[in-house]
Amino acid sequence: MTTKQPDGWSSKLGVIMAVAGSAVGLGNFLRFPGLVADKETGGGAFLIAYFISLLIVGLPICWVEWTLGRFGGTQGYNSSPGIFHAIIRKPWGKYVGLLGFIIPVGVYFYYVVIESWCLGYAWNSFSGDLDLGKDPKTYADAFSTFTGLKADGAIIGLGAPFLFFVGVFVLNFVIIYRGLSKGIEFICNWGMPLLIAIALILLVRVLTLGTPDPANPELSVWNGLGYMWNPHDITKGLSNPAVWLKAASQIFFTLSVGFGVIITYASYLKKNDDVVLSGLTATAANEFCEVGLGGLITVPAAFAFLGASAVAGGTFALGFNVLPQVFAGMPYGHLFGGLFFTLLFIAAITSSLSMLQPGIAFLEEGLGLDRRGSVALLGLITAVGCTLVVYFSEGLKALSTVDFWIGDIGIFLQGTLLIYIFNFAFGTERGWTEAHHGADLRIPKVFKFIIRWVSPAFLTAIFLMFVLKNVAGWNLSFDAPAFTPTDPILDLVGGPGHPASGVARLTAFFLLLFAAFSALMIHRAGKRWDAR
Amino acid sequence: MTTAGLLFMLISVGAVTTLFVWCLVKVLTGKKNPDHLAHVEPIEAKDIDRR
Repeated sequence: MTTKQPDGWSSKLGVIMAVAGSAVGLGNFLRFPGLVADKETGGGAFLIAYFISLLIVGLPICWVEWTLGRFGGTQGYNSSPGIFHAIIRKPWGKYVGLLGFIIPVGVYFYYVVIESWCLGYAWNSFSGDLDLGKDPKTYADAFSTFTGLKADGAIIGLGAPFLFFVGVFVLNFVIIYRGLSKGIEFICNWGMPLLIAIALILLVRVLTLGTPDPANPELSVWNGLGYMWNPHDITKGLSNPAVWLKAASQIFFTLSVGFGVIITYASYLKKNDDVVLSGLTATAANEFCEVGLGGLITVPAAFAFLGASAVAGGTFALGFNVLPQVFAGMPYGHLFGGLFFTLLFIAAITSSLSMLQPGIAFLEEGLGLDRRGSVALLGLITAVGCTLVVYFSEGLKALSTVDFWIGDIGIFLQGTLLIYIFNFAFGTERGWTEAHHGADLRIPKVFKFIIRWVSPAFLTAIFLMFVLKNVAGWNLSFDAPAFTPTDPILDLVGGPGHPASGVARLTAFFLLLFAAFSALMIHRAGKRWDAR
Repeated sequence: MTTAGLLFMLISVGAVTTLFVWCLVKVLTGKKNPDHLAHVEPIEAKDIDRR
């Protein structure tokens, strides 16, 4: 016979580390620097919009999610469907939490694949196999081979890329099986300080690079920092909707708000555990890693070795094509490269673990499974999803389809829902009081107004802009608006010169099946909860 | 790098670093919750005596 006590955190710092670990990911070190350095929509205007978005969207939703999560936990629920069932108290309430289950699990389908690239690159870098000379094409080819970019099924087999994927996939489930404090908290308590220590070593290395090639004195770290941080035309930038969209999106994605993770993590707190200072600290940790570390390492290093053109290739290109080339050009580059990809791997695994816990929580409390059963079922579901992403690797079509519909649209939708539920189902006043139970810090009163009015309005506007731009293909111009269907839409329905993609359609169909299956499980869970 | 760029960098990096350090100090020196269990995990029946 087993006597079960509820799973929980062993310390306040532990839950903060876990939430920070969930938030700090690849975007902190690869996406954010690229956005700041963008000549059209970056610079000072982006940073101003970024910090304003942090104050009126990031922090408020973070506090809302922590508060609703802890409240749900006191009602005996740890998953989004359960927590919304407890808050809304209507038969349809639990279905509002559907996204809080399918988003983290769906994102895991591809995130763990990218995580395995990071581990593989770390291994190859330490072993010297990533030192491929000075030809940029060699690095692009190596990335293409490692990820199976050129043909579907290219990495399936006993080759290193597939073995790294299987190893990382299994490692995640071994850790999650150990439970909240022995698994996730243990890894984050060691992983986050290690990540910051590695980042500081890399920061010192980058800032002391000077001018790597004396024959090209304009290619220096100092000019690289200038390329990234010089403010450009701030007034023009702030009047550009694209700047606000990019800044708000980055805040949204980097903090993991609307993901279904924070609400689950916070549900394991006790009624009088603080959520205000904890939420602020986790947010501050993420911002420190993003602005204070990520903002000073990747772009300046890439600029100093390869110039401005190398920086403008997007997240994957910067991380897996440009930076290996940069490390190959510096003394002991294989060590620094290995450290960099180890940093990315730690950032990724602390995030991927957080994507599994909402699923585990739901399967345990919704279907009454024990940990072994819930880990097995979630393992099966994610194995199917991951296989789809790993097999259909040509052009990373399956990966980008899941990323767009689940990782972009889904997260925005869930975050917007969350702030409305807090204000109109839970009640702003009640939520404000609930947030301050056991709080180590008072939230400034102005945030009550922001949470009630500004965040919902701003988030709705940004969400609409996001959909108009990425689904309807709006050119973000008010003067001469034009709508051109975007790739994710054309992949599904086809268009002139852009035939529909079978892989994209299959992936979308699989996501619909997954959503329907999840809704059925929630229906079944509801019966169980009603019978309580 | 221009002076404005240097200012943007120092203010941005300085602000997030200060906030992070302040929060960490506040968490590490803050009050302890008296009813917080030291460790909560599912307990197997055979482990009860040992615990």
